[in-house]
Amino acid sequence: MSEQNFKIFNTAWCPGCGNFSLLSSLKLALEELGKKPEEVLMVAGIGQAAKTPQYISANSFCGLHGRALPAAAAAKIANEKLTVIVSTGDGDSYGEGGNHFIHNIRRNTNITHFVHDNQIYGLTKGQASPTSDQGIVTNVQVTGNINKPLNPLLIAIAAGAGFVARGFVGNKEQLVSILKEAIEYDGYAIVDIFQPCVSFNKVNTFSYYKNHVYELEADYDSSNKLKAIEKVMEEKDKIPIGILYKEKLKTFHEKNSVLKDSIPLIDKKTKATTINKFILEFI
Amino acid sequence: MYNFLVGGAAGQGIETIVAIIEKLLKRSGSFVFTSRDFMSRVRGGHNFSVIRFGENKILSHANKLNGIIALNEETIKLHINDLQPDGFIICDSKIEIDEPRIIKLDLDVMAKEIGNPRVSGTIATGAALKLFGKEIEEAEKVLKEVLDEKYIDINLVAIQKGYNCVEKKYKTTSGKFKDWMLITGSEALALGAISAGLRFYSAYPMSPSTSIMIYLAKKGEEAGIVVEQAEDEIAAINMALGASYAGAVAMTGTSGGGFSLMVEALGLSGIAEIPVVIVDVQRPGPATGLPTRTEQSDLKFVISASQGEFPRMVIALRNHEDSFYQTARAFNIAERYQIPVILLSDQYLGDASSTVEPYNLEKIKSVNPIKKSTTEGDYLRYKITDDGISPRLIPGKSKNLVAADSDEHDEQGHITESSEVRIKMVDKRMRKLKKLKAELQEPEFIGAESFKTLLLGWGSTYGAITEAVEILNKKQGNKYAALVFGDIYPLPIKDLLTKVKIADRVINIEQNATGQLAGLIREQTGIVCDLNILKYDGRQITAEEIVEKLENGVKK
Repeated sequence: MSEQNFKIFNTAWCPGCGNFSLLSSLKLALEELGKKPEEVLMVAGIGQAAKTPQYISANSFCGLHGRALPAAAAAKIANEKLTVIVSTGDGDSYGEGGNHFIHNIRRNTNITHFVHDNQIYGLTKGQASPTSDQGIVTNVQVTGNINKPLNPLLIAIAAGAGFVARGFVGNKEQLVSILKEAIEYDGYAIVDIFQPCVSFNKVNTFSYYKNHVYELEADYDSSNKLKAIEKVMEEKDKIPIGILYKEKLKTFHEKNSVLKDSIPLIDKKTKATTINKFILEFI
Repeated sequence: MYNFLVGGAAGQGIETIVAIIEKLLKRSGSFVFTSRDFMSRVRGGHNFSVIRFGENKILSHANKLNGIIALNEETIKLHINDLQPDGFIICDSKIEIDEPRIIKLDLDVMAKEIGNPRVSGTIATGAALKLFGKEIEEAEKVLKEVLDEKYIDINLVAIQKGYNCVEKKYKTTSGKFKDWMLITGSEALALGAISAGLRFYSAYPMSPSTSIMIYLAKKGEEAGIVVEQAEDEIAAINMALGASYAGAVAMTGTSGGGFSLMVEALGLSGIAEIPVVIVDVQRPGPATGLPTRTEQSDLKFVISASQGEFPRMVIALRNHEDSFYQTARAFNIAERYQIPVILLSDQYLGDASSTVEPYNLEKIKSVNPIKKSTTEGDYLRYKITDDGISPRLIPGKSKNLVAADSDEHDEQGHITESSEVRIKMVDKRMRKLKKLKAELQEPEFIGAESFKTLLLGWGSTYGAITEAVEILNKKQGNKYAALVFGDIYPLPIKDLLTKVKIADRVINIEQNATGQLAGLIREQTGIVCDLNILKYDGRQITAEEIVEKLENGVKK
């Protein structure tokens, strides 16, 4: 398989960073789906993971910390022909952007959200993230993180997300297939992806993940919501990876009275006769 | 010209009564200007609207009243001092205040007889219109426009019953405004946005800006505009930027508190050069302030909001013409310069309705962000150009890839920390101001060329200042003039410099406590205003107040 349409750029990530494998998985997924760079819009906020759009040959919107989702959702609303992918970190998605995370699940635009989850803040050099384990010692959490980690996928299912998955960069074959299915899913899809931070997280290392994750059983039924909730609550010793929950829901475009005719918003126009009618209503 | 107040508690249907009255007055040919004064509550309290009407143009509200419809006792107590000696008050006969000008009618009893106690206000409406010498033959038509179908018949009976209760008191000659519009400032703004090609509006409800979203939501489906209620103001502006980047003409709207949340993204629009129009319908702050009242205290905030430096434009809306035409212009400027354009309105202008000449679509240009890509292959989104404006393409509309970046970036849009590129990019962005400054609109000059005193103002005080200048020039013989700013940042200074040079004294009038325009003028030109008339009680200044202050001496 090649990644050549989506080119390799010089990156600013540390050698051994889990982001490399994620980036190449993403490029492979896009290639295999036959996407062209100009059809793809990569959106991110701020963070090490949020540099991903810089390293891939596609349209890119590198916005503000925590604010990738609102920009991505609106870009999709504006032009449904774009394949819109948010590729950004756990701090960006669940910390600074927590409110947008919840509400974009409700909105259900057809966008894909890949969370590079290394359970630590990398760009700011090693503070606790919303998904950091309790007890982890950092330069700010000096006596160990006293706060419980967030369970983002439990929140996603509870908030009504229609596609919820977890991946691990150490299982590239599975990861590429999850990414492809998430991109193809018609609606908001979230994939939380474990990717070790080699510089700042000495607890959740590559081997830690390797020893703690397991692939969902072949006969796992991803349409069973209660089962999925049980699965995403298995966090301690054995963490399932794969597509945890999948359900077809009405998308924003299907629900919105302006967009349901499938004409992209950017190609619509208000007729002068309509505006003149509005003016007359005030007379 | 008559001035007429309708007051009562929240929940008594004042808005409906006022809508019926304004429409009937305008249909009779009168020019109508209605200001609205609300308390921040859904039930109870004291709310009122002041309807001014006559055969000539009216630019603002006034305090002296010819008539009052009092739906409760409090309305009488609060406003009787403003009632002219020959004025009238209509109220229910149960109210125990006695005064020769009070006309007591059995409003509640009649309403019950008609079959719904809630139509007592409509009965009072019929009576008031008769006292003003008006006819009510258009009543049925107007009621159909304002009310749900099931309430039309009963209200028609009520308005006729009230009309028959009293005799004509005033003689009203009609004006020529029957075929003009009657519209609020916020509706005019929304209509201006639609006319300019708006495709996407995202906002979080906040008084007094919500009426913009309400109008757009009502028209969205027919106009092909997506109106999305965001989870917060941060989402609202980031959604507007995402939509605009992708090619949809976008706007967001809020008041000062919401604007505070939007500040970081304002800078994103600046550095990523994404066009956006942001409306700030001002109310008194700080923090929650006076949520339903008016002020002009966000000027210095919006012209300097956000870290870093980038070009922006701020346009203050002065009246119901500006609200339409300047809004449409804002979209064109945002698009051409790829900058954020901020529209400053306020509660007074946004909620006030005025008669206005039907808007002419031929006077405005609609925006189309989608241009043909001519530079396939070596496209540079942030190309260094002489005027600072780089070629903007829409992602997905050509093979060229389009980048937007909140980091400093090179011509392609890739992150850079190069000192050389940084300087070039800052200079490129700031160069846009040079061209923008050349197309600024000078403030409107009002009054006599022979002036001695020059008044300065901006935005919604336009009406009161204009009227004050007319009154003073009549009384004192053409000694007054005013400059009222619409374009306010960058500050147009050409006319300011020439007029200040020949003025004996310069007096600044603003709805804030610190004289923000005076401060901006001093910063930009070195001109120091001699005096300030500042009002910050949340209520809009009137021409009478300005005249009174100028005649009795303004404190330094």
